[in-house]
Order: sequence, then structure tokens, then C-alpha cells
Amino acid sequence: MTGLLEPRAIGTSLERLDGRAKVTGTAPYAFEHPVDNGVYLHPVQSSIARGRITAVDATEAEALDGVIAVLTPANAPRLVSGDDRELAVLQSDEVGFRGQFVAAVVAESSEIARQAADMVGVTYDRQPHDTELRADRDDLYAPGVVNPDYPTDTSDGDPDGAFASAAVTIDETYTTPMEHNNPMEPHATVALWAGDALTLYDSTQGPNLVRDGIAGLFGLPADRVRVIAPHVGGGFGSKTLHANVVLAAVAARVVAGRPVKFALTRQQMFSLVGYRTPTIQRIRLGADSDGRLTAITHDVIEQTSRIKEFAEQTAVPTRSMYAAPNRRTTHRLAALDVPVPTWMRGPGECPGMYALESAMDEMALACGLDPVEFRIRNEPDVDPESGLPFSSRNLVACLREGARRFGWERRDPIPAARREDGWLVGTGVAASTFPVIRIPGSAATIRRVHDGRYRVEIAAVDIGTGTWTALTQIAADALDVPVDAVDLQIGDTALPPASVAGGSSGITSWGSAVVDAAREFREKYGPDPEDGDEAGGAMPDNPDTERFAMHAYGAQFAEVRVHADTGEIRVPRLLGVFAAGRIINPRTARSQFVGAMTMGLSMALHEDSVMDPRFGQVANHDFAGYHIATNADIGSIDAIWIEEDDPHVNAMGSKGIGEIGIVGTAAAIANAAHHATGIRIRDLPLTADKYIR
Amino acid sequence: MDVEMTLRVDGARYRLVVDTRTTLLDALRERLGITSPKKGCDHGQCGACTVLLDGRRATTCLALAVAHDDAEIITANGLAAGEELHPVARAFLDHDGFQCGYCTPGQICSAVGMLDEVEAGWPSHVSEELAGGVELDDEEIRERMSGNLCRCGAYANIVAAIREVAR
Ligand code: FES
Ligand code: FES
Repeated sequence: MTGLLEPRAIGTSLERLDGRAKVTGTAPYAFEHPVDNGVYLHPVQSSIARGRITAVDATEAEALDGVIAVLTPANAPRLVSGDDRELAVLQSDEVGFRGQFVAAVVAESSEIARQAADMVGVTYDRQPHDTELRADRDDLYAPGVVNPDYPTDTSDGDPDGAFASAAVTIDETYTTPMEHNNPMEPHATVALWAGDALTLYDSTQGPNLVRDGIAGLFGLPADRVRVIAPHVGGGFGSKTLHANVVLAAVAARVVAGRPVKFALTRQQMFSLVGYRTPTIQRIRLGADSDGRLTAITHDVIEQTSRIKEFAEQTAVPTRSMYAAPNRRTTHRLAALDVPVPTWMRGPGECPGMYALESAMDEMALACGLDPVEFRIRNEPDVDPESGLPFSSRNLVACLREGARRFGWERRDPIPAARREDGWLVGTGVAASTFPVIRIPGSAATIRRVHDGRYRVEIAAVDIGTGTWTALTQIAADALDVPVDAVDLQIGDTALPPASVAGGSSGITSWGSAVVDAAREFREKYGPDPEDGDEAGGAMPDNPDTERFAMHAYGAQFAEVRVHADTGEIRVPRLLGVFAAGRIINPRTARSQFVGAMTMGLSMALHEDSVMDPRFGQVANHDFAGYHIATNADIGSIDAIWIEEDDPHVNAMGSKGIGEIGIVGTAAAIANAAHHATGIRIRDLPLTADKYIR
Repeated sequence: MDVEMTLRVDGARYRLVVDTRTTLLDALRERLGITSPKKGCDHGQCGACTVLLDGRRATTCLALAVAHDDAEIITANGLAAGEELHPVARAFLDHDGFQCGYCTPGQICSAVGMLDEVEAGWPSHVSEELAGGVELDDEEIRERMSGNLCRCGAYANIVAAIREVAR
């Protein structure tokens, strides 16, 4: 990759450009776009997990004053494509999971819609369902690939033989529970048809992804659908195309000319917009007497839905994390009568590295080595998986810098040896990693407008990541103008297309398109363009992706206190040190890292969607039952990064930072809890009951 | 049943008709188009809908509109004095106390209400003494702000912002 941008605006802590609108609450999120004559949708959800709908009785609901329409599988408009059973909303009488849409009411007000939805009578032919993930199931299968297109299994050397003859071994199983993304803004859509053109104000991470998906379902050219999303209240992987968007579009067809407003309730989000699969992960490590790994195996069991496959790539980070000549990774799935799992912040890396980094801590102890030193000792020279050199890899620097700042050298390695005021105190470390992902399909247009300003257009989104601000900084540097000469336009498919805000790929993909457009623009018009001059660009190919392994790295250090009598667990201190290429905006980047670490702390201590196998639904489906970290859970928490110049990743030199912060946090906390108590918990979350012995 | 009522919001007076089942939050958002307070859970579990209701912080999803005829409501938008942001909002900007911004208007209203409670000497769960005033350290801020969830995990910066204003 040539032509790394000269950073001027890049690297400065520009205040969020959308900040004022957000602190006053005037930035419009999907449901808040003013529309005339809007109507409200409330869905009816299946009360069985598997079977068929035999009848829907809408008589009573239809008679209610203010009800406009009741949609059922019998009367809903037909979609042209029904291949994706998650999205084939109201297209058949089959029920694939509890909570699936089986009918919907459109009414003049949300109160009436909700009341009427309760009046809709649905009868079923119920079939036995199965929602239990267990390692001893006899129907586990190997998917074709794991998300998005990694090989399902890998094997190098003779892992079993090497393990059998290793001087030091551990063989442990770690589990993570079902977890739900739960962005604060519930998924919401306002859908309006005018003739055969559809406008969606949607709470989405991927306006073009939604546009293309919806157009396909309705058999329309993509340009008949417009998706608008200037501000999105978080997503964390869950705000792609799900059944709720389809239902809004289907219902709007029935009341053409009137906008249909549909926001999921928090409870509905637990069955309709994805979640992180529970995982059962067996890890075996073998090492020689010097603490050098000779064998690594990582065998993963997880779930998918019977109606649609999603295979989380949980063991993939293990393939390139540490040097060992003999390695194996496998993924096996159980297809259950459950909602479809999906991306949740750091899919693969997040649960996988919890297990691997817990195992690394156990192995360091078994080898009698300091956990920082043990990791450094097993640092690979080249990517063990591909044999390629790393474009840059600074895990060791992160570990050393973190150890220095955290005061690691004063640590007494003996577990359960420190007690203060009834609290057992310990510290732990874990490594983080996340690949540099680029998703094709982004383009940008730059136009000179009045007063020497530049309008930069791309259908990217800001889901809290700071896109409004960071992309403006990139455009300014690419054009060689001050940031306040740039008018960025994002969040609308009327603009040039953009890839999804996922896989920490946004800035790599969109930024590359913007830089390409800027170079095109300057080439064409030079430094003194006329008003109206315009040029476009797209994310260029990067031949270096074939020549280098590209990943970001980090090290997280945690201090944990566990109360000796009650088992209450607290995390007074958390430090993350990252090496993620060039940082575009230190202010928003720090928020990304710290925010993800906060979510990692939440995962470590609280998050647990409890599937009730009798009904096939998540029993604790709201914030009273599904706990996420609150302000009082957070102590001192900070993130720093080391300078990293990587000329290979993209023109900005950036690696993507949305997810790496959650990778490893739970392991660092679990390892610290072990150091505090001597109790090794291998099943998340780390609740108080597990520390009472 | 529909009922006619009055609300005073951010200095303006509105006559409106609500269903007796309409929450104060929906009255603001869906009847009046005032969307500064957000709906995150509709169950009093997240704090996104927090406003200052007759001077005190309150979750509007847990209040029925009809029960608040003629109430005085200040939203995060109404805290600003024209172009000038409220000091708490300014501090949220300075400390990057948010990311997606969806919990933010609720956090800011909650912080403003909370600072008044501290001023009035109200103790919290973590206060050492029940009477005699509160010293607003980080632990107090965290405890008092824990009714406002932030999935983006901006808590550390929210505490820094409030600490600065309280100083
Ligand atoms: S929306 Fe009111 S507390 Fe969550
Ligand atoms: S800023 Fe996104 S939930 Fe708080």
C-alpha cells in the first residue's frame, strides 16, 4: 500500500460534530423523523417454539375503534423471495422459534395497536421443540464455513500426539452464555410507500445492506428503496436486516401512503434481532519444560437456529494468536428451535479469546511462569496460520507497557494471598486481538460547493462510533483543507453506497473510499477547483492483504476484589493498552476502547440470557432481569495505545477499533478473580454464588 | 378514553389530547413531537426517558400523562439557554460523555436533578452519614447515576463530566 495520508486533522481530538445535537436530544433517530399521518404497528408473537399456525382470529381486534388493519400469514402481501426464513415475515404458517411474528396490528395510535394485538387469537398445531445446547448432543454438525467465510476446522502438525507427549498440559472446558446486544435505542423503523417506491427511516448499521435486502424481498430495483439513518443509537452487530424491518415494510404496503411506525419493545428484542450464541469451548494446551507451547487445540460447540444458519467463528483467533507447531481448531453446531444468532460485538474473538486467554493464564501457572512473560515467550514470528508476515504486530509492546503502567512487577503470583477489609484482592491480564477487516462496496463523491467548501458524500453511518467526526477528519487531510471546510453527508442511501458498520471495518472501508475520491478530485481539478467540480472514488483493492497478516492487538489488565463472605465481585481497576494502527481521533477512540472494555466487564460479571427450555424463550428478557453494567459497576477504567505505523493496512494507517476493546476483558477479570480467590471459574458470568465455597 | 390536558415543556405551553393509557413519554414524543427524552425500555429500567418533572428527575415512561396535567417539564433540549449549552451538557461534550447519544439526554437531565438532590443534602446508598450534607465523590456520582444505563459504556467519561461541573 502506498501513499499513507499525511496526518494533520487525523490524530487530533476534534470534538464530536454531532455532539451538540446529541446532548440536547435534537439529533433525529429513526422513530423521531417527523411524518404526517403516521400509524403504529404492534406485532403478535408466537407463543410456541415449533409448529404451525392453524388459525388466526382477528375479528375482535378488527372491531376495535382505531384499528386499520390486522396482518396475518393469510392476508399479508407476498414477498418475491422466501429463501431466508428469518426474513420471510408472515409468508407461511410455520413457526420456527418462540417470539416469531405471527400477526401484526396497524392502528391510529400505539396504545390501540397494542391493545388490539392482545386481542388477536392465534391457534397452533404445536410440535415438540428443542432449545438446549449440550456438548453431548448426537446431532452436532460441522457447518460449511464459519462467519463470514473462514474454514470450519483447521489442523497443523500432530496436535494430539504433541499434547500427549508435552511436559506440561492443561485440558479445560470454558462456557459463555447466550448474550443479547441490547443497544439503548430499540430497533425502530418508519416505513412509507409512495407507488412502488419505499422510504425507510431505519435504525441500522447498514443502510445499503437494508436497502438491497428489502429491494430483493419485494422484487424491486435497489434504487426504488431509500434508507435514511443519520443517527443510530448503538447496534453492536444487531442492527442489520431483521424481521422487524421487513414487517414494517410489509405493513406499510397495506396502508400505502401512510407511514408505518414500528419500534420493538425491549422485551421483543430478545427474540427478534439476534444474540451471541452460547459457547462450550474445550481448550488443550501442551508446553515443553521451558513454557514454550507445543500443542494448541480449540474445539467449539455452539448453536444456530433451525431456520437459518449462523456459525460464530469462535476458535478463529486461536489460529494465529500464539506460536505452536501443532494446532487444531474445530466448530460444531446444534441447530435448535431458537431465534437466529448473529454478530455481537467481536463475534468469534470475544467469546473465543475469553476461553483462550483463560487457558493461557492456567497454563502460565502450570508452567510456573508469569502470565505476561508466558505470552511473550510464545509470540510467533509470522502468522502461524498463513505463514505470512504480520503487517505490524505489537502485542509484546502492549503487554510490556501495560505491565509497567499497571504496576505488574510488584505482583505476587500466589493466588488467594491478599485480603483487605474482608475483600480478596487479585490482578490479572489477558491479550486482545482483532483482524483488520475491509468490506468491498463503498464509494464516495466529493463536490466543491460555495465559499471554498467541499461536500463529501457516502452512505456510511454513525452508530456511536464517531463516524461524523472521524470521516470529516480523513476527508480534510485527503483534500488538504481544514476540517471546517468539509461538509460530510452520511446515513442515506441516496448518497454513494457504503458497506455495513460492522467488523470494525467502517473507517478502513469508507475512509479508503473518501481518500480515493479526494485524490481523484485533486488530480482532476488541482488545488483551485471551481464551484460544482465533482469527482468520485471507491475503496481501492489492496494487494498487501495477500502479502501480510493484518491484526490489531492489545493487552488488558484488571484488578478484582471478591468479598470473602458474600462472593460479591468488583473491578476497581481496568487498563487496556492497544496497538491498532494510527488513531484518527484520540477523544472518540478512547471512548470506543473504554466503552468496549466496559461492555467486556459487563459480559464478565453480569450478562446471561437464561433460556427456559420448557417454553423456548429467554426468561429474563428485560433490563430488570438481563443485567448490563451500570455506572456503579465501573471503577477506574482507562485505555491507552502505542504509536503504530502500518503502511500496509490502508491509506489512513488505521486498523479499526470498534471491537478489540471487548476482546480479552472477561478473561483478564476472570484471571484476576482467580488470583484473588484461588477459585477458577470457567463459566461466565462470574456471579457471586460461584465464589462461595 | 381520550382526555384533554395541558403540559408546559421547555417553557412552552401545549394543549393536547391523550389516551388515558398514554405515558408522559409518549405524550411528549408521539403527540407533541418532543423527542429529546428517549425510549429505551418503557419499563423504568434504563433512564433514557428522564426529564425534570416539576423540578425533579423522573422517568417519563413510568408516568401516565393524565396524571400530570399542567406539569412543568424540562428536557435536555430545554436546559440550554438559547445557544448557550447547560454546563452539564457542555461538560458531556468536553469529556466525550457519550457515543451513540441515545442515553445522553436522560443522563444529562438525571445529572442536573441529581446535583440538586446533593445540594439539598439527600443521602444515597453509599453516603456515610444520613444527615449533614454529601460530599460528591466519584462513588457518590456513580451510585446516583446508576439509574441511567449506557450500553456504549460512557460511564467513565460521564463521571468525569459531572465531577467537573460539581467542582
Ligand atoms: S424508557 Fe423510561 S426508564 Fe427506560
Ligand atoms: S451513549 Fe450510547 S447508550 Fe449511552
